[in-house]
Amino acid sequence: MTALPPFQTLLDEHAADVMAVLRGAVGRGDAEDCFQETFLAALRGYPKLSDDGNLRGWLLTIAHRKAIDHHRVNGRRPLPAGEPVEVGDRGRRPGASETVDGEPELDDGLWGLVDALPPKQRAAVALRYACDLPHAEIAAALDCSPAAARRSLHEGIKRLRRELA
Amino acid sequence: MKASLERLADRAAAEGLIDVAYANVDSPFGPLLLASTPRGLVKLSLPNIDPGETLEDLAARISPRVLEAPGRLDDVRRQLDLYFAGRLREFDLPLDWQLSKGFRRRALRAIDRIPYGGTRSYTQIAASAGNERAVRAAGTACGSNPIPIVVPCHRVLRSGGALGGYGGGLPMKEALLEMEGVLDAGE
Repeated sequence: MTALPPFQTLLDEHAADVMAVLRGAVGRGDAEDCFQETFLAALRGYPKLSDDGNLRGWLLTIAHRKAIDHHRVNGRRPLPAGEPVEVGDRGRRPGASETVDGEPELDDGLWGLVDALPPKQRAAVALRYACDLPHAEIAAALDCSPAAARRSLHEGIKRLRRELA
Repeated sequence: MKASLERLADRAAAEGLIDVAYANVDSPFGPLLLASTPRGLVKLSLPNIDPGETLEDLAARISPRVLEAPGRLDDVRRQLDLYFAGRLREFDLPLDWQLSKGFRRRALRAIDRIPYGGTRSYTQIAASAGNERAVRAAGTACGSNPIPIVVPCHRVLRSGGALGGYGGGLPMKEALLEMEGVLDAGE
Protein backbone atom coordinates (compact mmCIF):
# COMPACT_ATOMS: atom_id res chain seq x y z
CA MET A 1 0.00 0.00 0.00
CA THR A 2 1.37 3.39 -0.91
CA ALA A 3 0.89 6.40 1.33
CA LEU A 4 -2.30 8.40 0.88
CA PRO A 5 -1.67 11.62 -1.04
CA PRO A 6 -2.41 15.02 0.56
CA PHE A 7 -6.19 15.47 0.57
CA GLN A 8 -5.79 18.68 -1.41
CA THR A 9 -4.68 16.53 -4.37
CA LEU A 10 -8.12 14.91 -4.41
CA LEU A 11 -9.76 18.32 -4.50
CA ASP A 12 -7.46 19.58 -7.25
CA GLU A 13 -8.05 16.54 -9.42
CA HIS A 14 -11.65 15.55 -8.75
CA ALA A 15 -13.66 18.41 -7.21
CA ALA A 16 -14.91 19.64 -10.60
CA ASP A 17 -16.04 16.14 -11.58
CA VAL A 18 -17.76 15.53 -8.25
CA MET A 19 -19.62 18.81 -8.68
CA ALA A 20 -20.62 17.81 -12.24
CA VAL A 21 -21.93 14.45 -11.05
CA LEU A 22 -23.90 16.09 -8.26
CA ARG A 23 -25.40 18.64 -10.63
CA GLY A 24 -26.52 15.73 -12.73
CA ALA A 25 -27.82 13.80 -9.75
CA VAL A 26 -29.64 16.46 -7.69
CA GLY A 27 -29.77 19.49 -9.96
CA ARG A 28 -27.76 22.69 -9.83
CA GLY A 29 -29.59 24.26 -6.92
CA ASP A 30 -28.79 21.50 -4.42
CA ALA A 31 -25.43 20.37 -5.80
CA GLU A 32 -23.49 22.81 -3.61
CA ASP A 33 -24.85 21.35 -0.35
CA CYS A 34 -24.20 17.80 -1.50
CA PHE A 35 -20.69 18.83 -2.60
CA GLN A 36 -19.89 20.15 0.88
CA GLU A 37 -21.35 17.03 2.53
CA THR A 38 -19.43 14.77 0.17
CA PHE A 39 -16.02 16.27 0.87
CA LEU A 40 -16.60 16.69 4.62
CA ALA A 41 -17.53 12.99 4.80
CA ALA A 42 -14.48 12.13 2.71
CA LEU A 43 -12.23 14.16 5.03
CA ARG A 44 -13.67 12.41 8.08
CA GLY A 45 -12.91 8.98 6.72
CA TYR A 46 -9.72 9.73 4.82
CA PRO A 47 -7.03 8.95 7.44
CA LYS A 48 -8.52 5.48 7.99
CA LEU A 49 -8.89 4.68 4.31
CA SER A 50 -6.77 1.61 3.67
CA ASP A 51 -7.08 1.16 -0.07
CA ASP A 52 -6.02 4.13 -2.16
CA GLY A 53 -6.23 2.23 -5.43
CA ASN A 54 -9.23 4.17 -6.67
CA LEU A 55 -9.67 7.44 -4.80
CA ARG A 56 -11.76 8.88 -7.60
CA GLY A 57 -14.22 5.98 -7.45
CA TRP A 58 -14.29 6.29 -3.65
CA LEU A 59 -15.17 10.01 -3.88
CA LEU A 60 -17.83 9.43 -6.53
CA THR A 61 -19.36 6.67 -4.42
CA ILE A 62 -19.64 9.06 -1.47
CA ALA A 63 -21.10 11.71 -3.79
CA HIS A 64 -23.69 9.26 -5.03
CA ARG A 65 -24.68 8.29 -1.48
CA LYS A 66 -25.04 11.96 -0.57
CA ALA A 67 -27.25 12.45 -3.61
CA ILE A 68 -29.42 9.49 -2.56
CA ASP A 69 -29.61 10.85 1.02
CA HIS A 70 -30.64 14.17 -0.43
CA HIS A 71 -33.49 12.63 -2.39
CA ARG A 72 -34.59 10.62 0.66
CA VAL A 73 -34.65 13.68 2.91
CA ASN A 74 -36.61 15.55 0.30
CA GLY A 75 -39.23 12.83 0.27
CA ARG A 76 -39.04 11.88 -3.40
CA ARG A 77 -40.37 15.25 -4.40
CA PRO A 78 -40.41 15.89 -8.13
CA LEU A 79 -36.88 16.40 -9.38
CA PRO A 80 -35.93 19.85 -10.57
CA ALA A 81 -36.44 19.73 -14.29
CA GLY A 82 -35.23 22.12 -16.92
CA GLU A 83 -33.69 24.76 -14.70
CA PRO A 84 -33.03 28.11 -16.37
CA VAL A 85 -30.09 28.02 -18.70
CA GLU A 86 -27.48 30.57 -17.74
CA VAL A 87 -26.66 32.43 -20.91
CA GLY A 88 -22.97 33.11 -21.29
CA ASP A 89 -22.14 30.36 -18.84
CA ARG A 90 -20.92 27.93 -21.44
CA GLY A 91 -17.31 28.10 -20.28
CA ARG A 92 -18.31 26.73 -16.90
CA ARG A 93 -20.57 23.95 -18.03
CA PRO A 94 -19.95 20.70 -16.20
CA GLY A 95 -17.12 18.65 -17.57
CA ALA A 96 -16.38 20.95 -20.47
CA SER A 97 -12.66 20.56 -20.01
CA GLU A 98 -12.99 16.80 -19.60
CA THR A 99 -14.84 16.22 -22.81
CA VAL A 100 -12.89 13.90 -25.05
CA ASP A 101 -12.79 14.59 -28.75
CA GLY A 102 -15.45 12.66 -30.57
CA GLU A 103 -17.67 12.29 -27.49
CA PRO A 104 -20.98 14.09 -27.47
CA GLU A 105 -20.70 17.51 -25.87
CA LEU A 106 -23.26 18.45 -23.26
CA ASP A 107 -24.22 22.09 -23.14
CA ASP A 108 -26.36 23.81 -20.54
CA GLY A 109 -29.57 23.34 -22.51
CA LEU A 110 -28.93 19.63 -22.65
CA TRP A 111 -28.10 19.59 -18.93
CA GLY A 112 -31.64 20.84 -18.32
CA LEU A 113 -32.91 17.69 -20.02
CA VAL A 114 -30.41 15.53 -18.10
CA ASP A 115 -31.73 17.05 -14.87
CA ALA A 116 -35.18 15.79 -15.82
CA LEU A 117 -34.11 12.15 -16.22
CA PRO A 118 -34.94 9.56 -13.53
CA PRO A 119 -32.17 9.57 -10.87
CA LYS A 120 -30.22 6.48 -11.95
CA GLN A 121 -30.25 7.43 -15.61
CA ARG A 122 -29.33 10.98 -14.74
CA ALA A 123 -26.37 9.89 -12.60
CA ALA A 124 -25.20 7.39 -15.23
CA VAL A 125 -25.30 10.01 -17.97
CA ALA A 126 -23.49 12.56 -15.78
CA LEU A 127 -20.81 10.07 -14.80
CA ARG A 128 -20.27 8.97 -18.37
CA TYR A 129 -20.24 12.33 -20.13
CA ALA A 130 -19.32 14.86 -17.47
CA CYS A 131 -16.67 12.68 -15.86
CA ASP A 132 -15.68 10.39 -18.68
CA LEU A 133 -15.92 7.34 -16.43
CA PRO A 134 -15.82 3.80 -17.84
CA HIS A 135 -18.82 1.55 -17.20
CA ALA A 136 -17.10 -0.33 -14.37
CA GLU A 137 -16.51 2.89 -12.45
CA ILE A 138 -20.04 4.11 -13.10
CA ALA A 139 -21.25 0.81 -11.66
CA ALA A 140 -19.03 1.30 -8.59
CA ALA A 141 -20.28 4.84 -8.10
CA LEU A 142 -23.91 3.81 -8.53
CA ASP A 143 -23.50 0.72 -6.38
CA CYS A 144 -24.92 -1.59 -9.07
CA SER A 145 -23.67 -4.15 -11.58
CA PRO A 146 -21.85 -3.00 -14.74
CA ALA A 147 -24.74 -4.40 -16.79
CA ALA A 148 -27.25 -2.32 -14.81
CA ALA A 149 -25.06 0.76 -15.17
CA ARG A 150 -24.87 0.20 -18.93
CA ARG A 151 -28.65 -0.19 -19.04
CA SER A 152 -29.27 3.03 -17.09
CA LEU A 153 -26.89 4.90 -19.36
CA HIS A 154 -28.49 3.45 -22.48
CA GLU A 155 -32.02 4.28 -21.30
CA GLY A 156 -30.94 7.80 -20.37
CA ILE A 157 -29.34 8.44 -23.76
CA LYS A 158 -32.36 6.98 -25.58
CA ARG A 159 -34.64 9.31 -23.70
CA LEU A 160 -32.46 12.35 -24.37
CA ARG A 161 -32.39 11.49 -28.09
CA ARG A 162 -36.17 11.24 -28.09
CA GLU A 163 -36.58 14.61 -26.41
CA LEU A 164 -34.09 16.28 -28.71
CA ALA A 165 -35.62 14.78 -31.87
CA MET B 1 -15.96 26.35 -7.83
CA LYS B 2 -13.53 28.65 -6.00
CA ALA B 3 -16.26 29.79 -3.61
CA SER B 4 -17.27 26.16 -2.97
CA LEU B 5 -13.69 25.22 -2.13
CA GLU B 6 -13.27 28.20 0.20
CA ARG B 7 -16.50 27.29 1.97
CA LEU B 8 -15.27 23.73 2.29
CA ALA B 9 -11.95 24.83 3.82
CA ASP B 10 -13.85 27.00 6.35
CA ARG B 11 -16.25 24.21 7.30
CA ALA B 12 -13.47 21.63 7.51
CA ALA B 13 -11.48 23.94 9.80
CA ALA B 14 -14.55 24.58 11.98
CA GLU B 15 -15.11 20.82 12.35
CA GLY B 16 -11.45 20.17 13.17
CA LEU B 17 -10.94 18.14 10.00
CA ILE B 18 -7.76 19.89 8.82
CA ASP B 19 -4.67 18.30 10.36
CA VAL B 20 -2.25 20.27 8.19
CA ALA B 21 -3.27 23.64 6.69
CA TYR B 22 -0.98 25.16 4.12
CA ALA B 23 -0.51 28.28 2.01
CA ASN B 24 1.79 29.31 -0.80
CA VAL B 25 3.16 32.82 -0.20
CA ASP B 26 5.58 35.14 -1.95
CA SER B 27 8.85 36.32 -0.47
CA PRO B 28 11.82 38.37 -1.73
CA PHE B 29 13.59 35.03 -2.28
CA GLY B 30 10.75 33.37 -4.19
CA PRO B 31 7.65 31.36 -3.27
CA LEU B 32 7.49 29.79 0.19
CA LEU B 33 5.21 27.03 1.36
CA LEU B 34 3.89 27.44 4.92
CA ALA B 35 2.17 24.64 6.81
CA SER B 36 0.67 24.56 10.28
CA THR B 37 -1.08 22.08 12.54
CA PRO B 38 -3.53 23.08 15.28
CA ARG B 39 -0.43 23.33 17.51
CA GLY B 40 1.44 25.82 15.37
CA LEU B 41 3.74 26.38 12.40
CA VAL B 42 5.23 23.00 11.53
CA LYS B 43 6.95 23.56 8.18
CA LEU B 44 8.36 26.34 6.04
CA SER B 45 9.64 25.23 2.66
CA LEU B 46 12.20 27.44 0.91
CA PRO B 47 11.87 28.34 -2.81
CA ASN B 48 14.35 25.71 -3.96
CA ILE B 49 12.23 22.86 -2.57
CA ASP B 50 9.42 21.29 -4.62
CA PRO B 51 6.16 22.11 -2.75
CA GLY B 52 4.52 18.92 -4.03
CA GLU B 53 7.20 16.80 -2.38
CA THR B 54 6.88 18.78 0.84
CA LEU B 55 3.11 18.18 0.93
CA GLU B 56 3.54 14.46 0.30
CA ASP B 57 6.09 14.31 3.08
CA LEU B 58 3.70 16.10 5.48
CA ALA B 59 0.88 13.73 4.48
CA ALA B 60 3.08 10.73 5.23
CA ARG B 61 4.62 12.03 8.48
CA ILE B 62 1.74 13.94 10.10
CA SER B 63 -1.62 13.16 8.47
CA PRO B 64 -3.01 12.91 4.93
CA ARG B 65 -5.65 15.50 5.87
CA VAL B 66 -3.56 18.22 4.23
CA LEU B 67 -5.65 21.11 2.90
CA GLU B 68 -4.88 24.47 1.33
CA ALA B 69 -6.32 26.95 3.82
CA PRO B 70 -4.45 30.27 3.46
CA GLY B 71 -6.58 31.97 6.10
CA ARG B 72 -5.02 29.78 8.77
CA LEU B 73 -1.54 31.03 7.86
CA ASP B 74 -2.41 34.74 7.77
CA ASP B 75 -0.51 35.56 10.95
CA VAL B 76 2.62 33.73 9.78
CA ARG B 77 2.49 35.47 6.41
CA ARG B 78 2.02 38.88 8.03
CA GLN B 79 5.00 38.42 10.35
CA LEU B 80 7.20 37.13 7.52
CA ASP B 81 6.31 40.15 5.37
CA LEU B 82 7.28 42.49 8.22
CA TYR B 83 10.50 40.56 8.84
CA PHE B 84 11.53 40.72 5.16
CA ALA B 85 10.76 44.45 5.21
CA GLY B 86 13.15 44.87 8.16
CA ARG B 87 10.32 45.86 10.48
CA LEU B 88 10.13 42.75 12.68
CA ARG B 89 13.05 41.35 14.66
CA GLU B 90 11.43 38.58 16.61
CA PHE B 91 8.70 36.20 15.48
CA ASP B 92 5.86 35.63 17.89
CA LEU B 93 4.34 32.42 16.57
CA PRO B 94 3.36 29.09 18.11
CA LEU B 95 5.62 26.39 16.67
CA ASP B 96 4.97 22.67 16.31
CA TRP B 97 8.30 20.84 16.74
CA GLN B 98 6.99 17.37 15.92
CA LEU B 99 9.10 16.95 12.77
CA SER B 100 12.33 17.03 14.83
CA LYS B 101 13.33 14.58 17.52
CA GLY B 102 16.02 14.14 20.18
CA PHE B 103 19.34 15.91 19.68
CA ARG B 104 18.12 17.68 16.54
CA ARG B 105 15.15 19.15 18.33
CA ARG B 106 17.35 20.34 21.20
CA ALA B 107 19.76 21.90 18.70
CA LEU B 108 16.91 23.64 16.86
CA ARG B 109 15.50 24.97 20.13
CA ALA B 110 18.94 26.41 20.92
CA ILE B 111 19.01 28.00 17.45
CA ASP B 112 15.54 29.43 18.09
CA ARG B 113 17.05 31.43 20.98
CA ILE B 114 19.75 33.18 18.88
CA PRO B 115 18.69 36.83 18.82
CA TYR B 116 18.28 38.97 15.70
CA GLY B 117 21.66 40.34 14.67
CA GLY B 118 23.54 37.63 16.58
CA THR B 119 25.31 34.48 15.44
CA ARG B 120 26.52 31.23 17.02
CA SER B 121 28.97 28.57 15.88
CA TYR B 122 27.99 24.99 15.17
CA THR B 123 30.13 24.06 18.21
CA GLN B 124 28.14 26.38 20.49
CA ILE B 125 24.88 24.88 19.22
CA ALA B 126 26.20 21.36 19.81
CA ALA B 127 27.08 22.33 23.37
CA SER B 128 23.66 23.91 23.98
CA ALA B 129 22.03 20.71 22.75
CA GLY B 130 23.99 18.72 25.32
CA ASN B 131 27.03 17.38 23.45
CA GLU B 132 29.74 19.86 22.48
CA ARG B 133 31.58 17.22 20.45
CA ALA B 134 28.56 16.59 18.20
CA VAL B 135 29.48 19.48 15.89
CA ARG B 136 28.69 17.54 12.74
CA ALA B 137 25.30 16.50 14.17
CA ALA B 138 24.60 20.19 14.94
CA GLY B 139 25.28 20.93 11.28
CA THR B 140 22.88 18.16 10.27
CA ALA B 141 20.25 19.60 12.62
CA CYS B 142 20.59 22.97 10.87
CA GLY B 143 20.29 21.27 7.50
CA SER B 144 17.15 19.42 8.58
CA ASN B 145 15.48 22.50 10.12
CA PRO B 146 11.78 22.16 9.16
CA ILE B 147 11.06 25.85 9.89
CA PRO B 148 13.98 27.91 8.48
CA ILE B 149 13.90 31.73 8.70
CA VAL B 150 11.52 31.56 11.71
CA VAL B 151 13.92 29.19 13.50
CA PRO B 152 16.98 31.16 12.40
CA CYS B 153 19.50 28.51 11.34
CA HIS B 154 21.00 31.15 9.03
CA ARG B 155 22.53 32.64 12.21
CA VAL B 156 24.72 29.56 12.73
CA LEU B 157 28.25 29.92 11.27
CA ARG B 158 31.48 27.93 11.34
CA SER B 159 33.93 28.66 14.15
CA GLY B 160 36.06 31.47 12.73
CA GLY B 161 33.15 33.04 10.92
CA ALA B 162 32.96 31.12 7.63
CA LEU B 163 29.37 30.91 6.43
CA GLY B 164 28.96 27.13 6.48
CA GLY B 165 25.94 25.85 4.53
CA TYR B 166 22.29 26.74 3.98
CA GLY B 167 19.36 24.74 2.67
CA GLY B 168 18.11 27.70 0.64
CA GLY B 169 21.56 28.34 -0.86
CA LEU B 170 24.43 30.48 0.44
CA PRO B 171 23.30 33.71 -1.32
CA MET B 172 20.08 33.57 0.70
CA LYS B 173 21.98 33.02 3.95
CA GLU B 174 24.23 35.99 3.11
CA ALA B 175 21.26 38.19 2.24
CA LEU B 176 19.48 37.37 5.52
CA LEU B 177 22.63 38.10 7.54
CA GLU B 178 23.18 41.37 5.67
CA MET B 179 19.59 42.38 6.35
CA GLU B 180 20.09 41.65 10.05
CA GLY B 181 23.27 43.74 10.05
CA VAL B 182 25.65 40.84 10.75
CA LEU B 183 27.40 41.05 7.38
CA ASP B 184 28.18 44.22 5.47
CA ALA B 185 26.51 44.35 2.09
CA GLY B 186 28.96 43.22 -0.59
CA GLU B 187 31.26 41.54 1.92
